[in-house]
Amino acid sequence: MFKAFLIKYGEIGIKGKNRYLFEDALVRQIEFAMAKTGTDFVVSKQQGRIYVEMNGAFDYDEVTKALGRVFGIVAICPVVITENNEWSALCQTVGDYMADTYKDLHLTFKVFARRADKSYPKKSMEIAADMGEYLLDRFPEIAVNVREPDVSLNIEIRERTFIYSITIPGPGGMPVGTNGRATLLLSGGIDSPVAGYMIAKRGVKIDAVYFHAPPYTSERAKQKVVDLAKIVAAYAGPIDLHVINFTDIQLAIYDRCPHDELTIIMRRYMMRIAEHIALASGSMGLITGESIGQVASQTMQSLRVTNAVCTLPVYRPLIGFDKNDIVEISEKIGAFETSIQPYEDCCTIFVAKHPVTKPNLGHTERSEHHLVDVIDELMEKALASDEVIHCEP
Amino acid sequence: MTEIYLDNAATTRVFDEVTDLVAACMREDYGNPSSMHMKGVTAERYLREARETLARLLKVNEKELIFTSGGTESNNMALIGGVLANPRLGKHIISTRIEHPSVYMPIMHLEQLGYEVTWLPVGRTGLVDLDALAAAVRPDTVLVSVMCVNNEIGTIQPIEDVVRIVREKNTNTLIHMDAIQAFAKLPLYPERLGIDLMSASGHKFHGPKGTGFLWIRDKVKVQPLILGGGQQKAMRSGTDNVPGTAGMARAAMLEMKDLESKCDALYEKRDAFVRGLLDLPGVRINGGISRGSLKMPEDITACAAPHVVSASFEDIRAEVLLHALEERGIYVSSGSACASNHPQISGTLKAIGVEKRFLDATIRFSFSFDTTEEELKTCLEALAQLLPVLRRYVPGGRKKGGRRV
Repeated sequence: MFKAFLIKYGEIGIKGKNRYLFEDALVRQIEFAMAKTGTDFVVSKQQGRIYVEMNGAFDYDEVTKALGRVFGIVAICPVVITENNEWSALCQTVGDYMADTYKDLHLTFKVFARRADKSYPKKSMEIAADMGEYLLDRFPEIAVNVREPDVSLNIEIRERTFIYSITIPGPGGMPVGTNGRATLLLSGGIDSPVAGYMIAKRGVKIDAVYFHAPPYTSERAKQKVVDLAKIVAAYAGPIDLHVINFTDIQLAIYDRCPHDELTIIMRRYMMRIAEHIALASGSMGLITGESIGQVASQTMQSLRVTNAVCTLPVYRPLIGFDKNDIVEISEKIGAFETSIQPYEDCCTIFVAKHPVTKPNLGHTERSEHHLVDVIDELMEKALASDEVIHCEP
Repeated sequence: MTEIYLDNAATTRVFDEVTDLVAACMREDYGNPSSMHMKGVTAERYLREARETLARLLKVNEKELIFTSGGTESNNMALIGGVLANPRLGKHIISTRIEHPSVYMPIMHLEQLGYEVTWLPVGRTGLVDLDALAAAVRPDTVLVSVMCVNNEIGTIQPIEDVVRIVREKNTNTLIHMDAIQAFAKLPLYPERLGIDLMSASGHKFHGPKGTGFLWIRDKVKVQPLILGGGQQKAMRSGTDNVPGTAGMARAAMLEMKDLESKCDALYEKRDAFVRGLLDLPGVRINGGISRGSLKMPEDITACAAPHVVSASFEDIRAEVLLHALEERGIYVSSGSACASNHPQISGTLKAIGVEKRFLDATIRFSFSFDTTEEELKTCLEALAQLLPVLRRYVPGGRKKGGRRV
């Protein structure tokens, strides 16, 4: 029955002269998401609206799910299109639409009419009033309520007539690609994919870095991170995942630095490498899944010590979130099942029994000094190991 | 980098001759043996030939073979089908504490249905406690299930003694042997052994995955578990897996050609490998050290199958060692503790009393008849290099103050 989807967008409607940039980005993202459904479709901008028109058969649930993942969309309205605008035929179509869409018509409604085709014999107000009257006559159980209708029935007359009344909420946010680029430190855990999702939601294009430590981490742990990147990419668009071999740096830290500082020093080198990659790819910031106090390396003191090695801003969208809140989003975006698979990542193997929870910057810097004669070479080697995996859903 | 595949107890590389046969059967002779036309007849020939081949190799009647989807299905059919078909024999089942999940899970299922189960303990090298067996067999014991070769440590069970002891107490009891790790590695003739049921799996001896068989002694009643179109005399319905079955039989034929001399040669290589392992510091062998047989040995360390070696490495995490070997092209398994929820059953390692700290430090090396001395030597050299490096990085970190600058 439905032939098109009207895409409603919020924030980007108010961006003044930049509006077309946002709309074009939204159209691109919709096209990307829709391409995966394998349907024949056209995305068009018409009079300040975006329509996705479907040619031929399609799976309604699959298409609405795909559109429901495009950031920038506030709502999706499935539209019925009729070619025949002649009034009595139109009444028949609208009446049938109501009967098909609502099984029980014990409800209140209001007609919103627009007449883009000004040559149409009825004015907008007349269309609304006359269509209301027709529906009241045809369905005795239905009632009008102009203040708080159960159903807002939209009728837009142009060369063809568009009829819609259903609103499916979209994810909101901004279209990816409208707010620059940032680099996500992606582990195999629950938090980092959620952090990437949240920043992408604000229109940011995402790159990702994963630290691989063979033989201490397995090929399956890496596959898990690729799987997570693909899940996030279903929302954020394609993600370039940089896989860095971190083993030698990790072993050097273990050999030379105090063991209660292993994790904090490791985190600092991860941030340094991530920043190198970020700057080389034009990223304007780093993203982590850190949340205050969640683990020893995420206390305020630890965050301060970790942060000290970065010049780029570090975005931590989960900073004030409890684990439960993070899990909820993780489940919503479909990452949780993958995140809890039990393959060890490099954070979980080289962990001291009692890691320092309140590191001191000066102290940590002095500990890192033990690495001074080898670290430049190791960093270069790690950066040279960069393997880029293009992740698409 | 050349590949050294030492995980043949997990699965094996399919013989080239087998892949060719399977491909021909899929490409040209793809008919359904149940069809009446020529295509069906040709396909049926493959099955008949496979049946004849396996029967000849096992020295059994071909009517006694049921083709299945693999070892798990064979075990399920033998245990559940065997017990349910013989309600008058009793409601008591005996098995050991080191069986594979495809044996102990069906038995635990029967336990829930009201059967009583005795789990026999095993000794330090994994040999079943025969005194406990003698004490356990009762007039109402319907089935005894003992594996031939253990999948984790390669211990060969004294099946001949098991049969003798069971028969002394109860001539009706069904005896099942899980031979999934044993068939086509050791000479096994189930009929002569005096057992009633034997399970095997095709992919363990260079056949295709998804193939297996169950040998059921003539006149022994087993209830089918998979019902449908009545294939295999209604014992196992479902369209016959013609290419798989043909491939499995061909693989068995190839693997069992000159079996005794291949077996002797592999034991020699195994012995050298075990000596090499024991020369490395902090290594111990789980299960048998030297060659075993189907009889209870005088020396309990003489119970090893030719193709499995389980070793524990002090202060090493098996998973890390596994990946470090993998980086050098050597593929092995970690002999995981594989704990079950059942209080009386745990993984083989726990059952033979391996200390907790070694459970996560255990690697299983498993060979094929094609494994070479050089490959095993390369593996030993790799271990000699890796062990000291890996031992420097102990999980959990050194204690504070233990810093090395």
